[in-house]
Formats: sequence, C-alpha cells, structure tokens
Amino acid sequence: MAAPLLKVQGVSKHFGGFTALSEVSIAIAPGERFGLIGPNGSGKTTLINCISGSLRNDSGSIEFEGKEISGLAAYRRTRKGIARSFQIPRPFHSMSVLENLLVPYEYVVHLKQSDAEQQAMEILRRIGLADKAHAQANQLSQVELRKLELARAMAARPRLLISDEAMAGLSGSEVDEVLKILFSLNAEGITIIMIEHIMQAVMRFSQRVICLDAGKIICEGTPATIVANPEVQRAYLGA
Amino acid sequence: MKYWIGAAAVLVIAFLTALSGLNEYFFYAAFIVLQFMVLATAWNILGGYAGYVNFGTAAFFAIGGYTAVVLFKWLGAPLAVQIAAAALVSGLLGFGVGLLTLRLRGIFFAIATVAIIFIMETMMVNWRYVGGATGLQLLRPDVTQPFASYTRMLFVVMALLVVIAVSVARYVQISWIGRGLRAIRDSEEAAECSGVPTLKLKLFACTVSGALMGAAGAPMPMYLSFIEPASSFNLNYSVSALAMPMIGGTVHWIGPVIGALLLGSIQQIVTVTISSEINVLVIGVLLVLFVVFAPDGVLGLFKKLWPRRS
Repeated sequence: MAAPLLKVQGVSKHFGGFTALSEVSIAIAPGERFGLIGPNGSGKTTLINCISGSLRNDSGSIEFEGKEISGLAAYRRTRKGIARSFQIPRPFHSMSVLENLLVPYEYVVHLKQSDAEQQAMEILRRIGLADKAHAQANQLSQVELRKLELARAMAARPRLLISDEAMAGLSGSEVDEVLKILFSLNAEGITIIMIEHIMQAVMRFSQRVICLDAGKIICEGTPATIVANPEVQRAYLGA
Repeated sequence: MKYWIGAAAVLVIAFLTALSGLNEYFFYAAFIVLQFMVLATAWNILGGYAGYVNFGTAAFFAIGGYTAVVLFKWLGAPLAVQIAAAALVSGLLGFGVGLLTLRLRGIFFAIATVAIIFIMETMMVNWRYVGGATGLQLLRPDVTQPFASYTRMLFVVMALLVVIAVSVARYVQISWIGRGLRAIRDSEEAAECSGVPTLKLKLFACTVSGALMGAAGAPMPMYLSFIEPASSFNLNYSVSALAMPMIGGTVHWIGPVIGALLLGSIQQIVTVTISSEINVLVIGVLLVLFVVFAPDGVLGLFKKLWPRRS
C-alpha cells in the first residue's frame, strides 16, 4: 500500500465516563473508497468528528498526508483538504443555496465571487440542485438538504471527502444518483469515507469496510467478508 | 457610490442644520438619537451578523466615556483624540472580553457580557481620579467656530461617528467577513468545516463592535459636563442597543439605523411630553410587539409588503 492519505492511530475519545472511541486505528490510501459501518451509537460520527476537527481526540494521533493534524482547528483541516457533510443537515439557512457554496469557495479555495458562483453552479447542476440555486436554504426539503450538505463539502475541493449518511431518507433512484456522483468524484482522485446505514449502498461503493461497535473496530475487510462476519452480524442483529 | 453620496449628504445636512437657527433643544435630543444609532450599529456587527447577543454595551460605552475623561483631565486632550483613544481602549476591551467569552455560546455568552458591566462599573466606582461613585464635574472647553454652541458641535461630531460606524458595518456586511459571520450565526460547526476561522472572525467582530461603542461614549462626558458611574453603566444602553437592531432589522446595515431613529425619537418625544420613566416601558412594549408580529423587524415588514423590491 502506498503511504496512507489518512492515518488514525490509537485514537480514543471519552465523554465523561462514557467511552465513545477506544484505540481506533485506521489507514486510508489515497484514492480509496472506504466504508464505515456500525450500529447506532457505535462511534462512527465521533470518529468523523475527531478526523474533521469538530471534536478533539483525547489520545492517539491523526495524520493527514503524513502530517499530524489532531491539534488543528477544524477550519485548518478543511483548508488542508478534509471536507465533510453532516448527518443532521446544518445548512446556512439564512443564505441561498448558491451562497451556501460560496462560503467554502471564499474561505477555502479563495476564489473571486464571479468565478466562485460559476463553479458553485456547476456543482449544483451535477448534484441536481441547480433549479434551487436561488432558493433560501430553509425552504429545502430534507432530501435537498442532504444534497446541499454534499455539495457544500464538494465546494471545498477536498482530497478527502467524508460523507456522513448523505443518503438517509433518499429513494432508491436518488441513492443511485448520489452514488454516481461519489463514484465520479472518486474517479477524479478524491478519497472518500462513506458512513451509511443503507448497506446495499456501502457495500456497492466501498473497496474496504470497517465495522465499529461500542467504539471499537470489530471487523475490517472487503464488503463480502464484512457481511459474512459473525461479529458484524451479532452487532447488528444481536445474538 | 450611491452610498457614499448619501453619506456625504447626511453630513452636509447635519452641518448646515447645526449652523441654522433651530432651537437648541433639537440638538440636545438629536445627539442622543445619533448616539444610539452608533451603539445599535456597533451592536449589530456582533449581535446581528454573527448572532452573539452582547448585553455589555453599557460597559463599552462607559469605558469610552471614562477614557475620554482621563485624557481630558490628564492632558487636556482635544475631543478628536479623546474619541480615537476611547475607540482604541474599548476595542481592546472587546478583544479581551472576546478572548475570554467567545468560546461560550448562546445564553452563556450573553450572561458573561452582563458581568463585564458590573466588573467595569465597580472599578470606576473605586477609582478616585475619575471621581469615584460621586462622579466628576467637567468644564467644557471654548466653543469651536463656526458653531454657536458646544452641543451643536457635538451633534455634528456624532453625525460623523454615525457615518463612520455605518460605513464600517456596511463594509463588514458586504465583504467576505459578513458571509463568514452569517455562516457562524446559522451553524458554527458547519461554518468551521467550510473553512471559516470562527474564533478569529468573532474576535474581529467583538473588537470592532466594542471600538465603535467606545467612540460613541467618548463625547458623552462633554455633552453632560459630567461623568458618574451609575448613569454611564446604565443597563438601558445595553437594552436599547439590542432592541433597536431587533426592531429595525438585523440583516442589513440600515436596520439598526431605522431602529435607532424610530425608537430613539419616540423616547425623546415621550421624555418631553409624558415622562422619562415611560421611556423604558416604550422599549419593552415595542420589543415585545416586534418579536411577536415582525420578528425580522421593519426590514422584514418591508420585505413582506414589497417582496419584489428586496
């Protein structure tokens, strides 16, 4: 394997007496499509928060492109090339859809307004929100908000894109649509971490999957081995 | 360009009015309205754009006034120097307060800013040089030509401060800073993950807002020929500076100006015609009415009535 793009080593996170992550280590290669699964409360989003900087890990190290980033503020990590979507959409609701994308264009890519608008429109077309470009973000439906989350993350021109349940609540054909976009982003060289409950989507998308349970990695492998793994079945189905 | 022509026109009108034979009381009252325009505009930079409700306006305002008094008593500094120094000191106070409190969110930040008033007031009460609790009588310098009275000159000075404050607020609003502050107001976490350096921007807003509040407070001691802690640190300044943008509208720089003009004028008229006690009631009633019926202020009402013009 080439030098990893993201290397998480022994990362733990506690909330009071609750251990959300204990000694989690993963290494993700450049260009990889990586799936992260696990039952509710298993620590998936906490791990993502530690990687993106929304939370600080208590111990362990997180390296991006060979450099330690666990001490950096979230905005610095975004500028280094890590962008994420939020599981519960957090749009800038007082702005138009287009303006939502201008924020990362202005603060991460440092584009002129006119160029930024043009590129933002391109992303909106790609994701199917072009006709809503000038609508206020608080008028969007849940499905559109999830697309906006992904679009805003794309606008930051990441090298690592973390998609936190971008497909929850989407219909079958919409899931296919989003998958297609993620595949094409990956084909452009963007590494992608996908957190998803829609198994069929994760399994189709990912080259490698890990399963978290109670803050620990219980299984790692190709989608086929994950599905067959008795521990994973136990974590999901209970036994 | 249109904005700058308008700003220049406001200044020329203020200047000509000050030279006219208008009743002295007009300037006495208008000074207060203009002062509230500066305070409301300053408050809105942090409170309106970024959504951080600051209850400490009175502290920044009073520290501006006390800075002016110290400079006047110590060096006999001219008004312009007093104002510049007041802006500097209150700006530094804003930076310091921001560093300590801006990691707090929502109601916790608001509470912390109230505390600043009590801390600063206690300090001034115990500082003999500025008169302690009894206050300090000040002798106004001679009237500067071409104005017929000191109050008229202060009126023009305050009009200039309004233009400066509004220009700063407008720049912040339409520049990249404004978009970042709005992102913070909408979702701080998402802003941070979209590359917005949230703490830096909030600190900037808090500093600029504090500096403008201090500048607004600087001419106050000369206006009253007196300074004293209880009235300088009056919570009314905090409440008004918050109520005026809410009533005018917080999303645009004109909002606080409209709010201050409306509320400030009503207050002055009520003070003269009914009683100064009713003043506070007026703010309260209007604020409740607007929060319930027009949560986006006068600007929001206009948008609703003429949606195409916005």
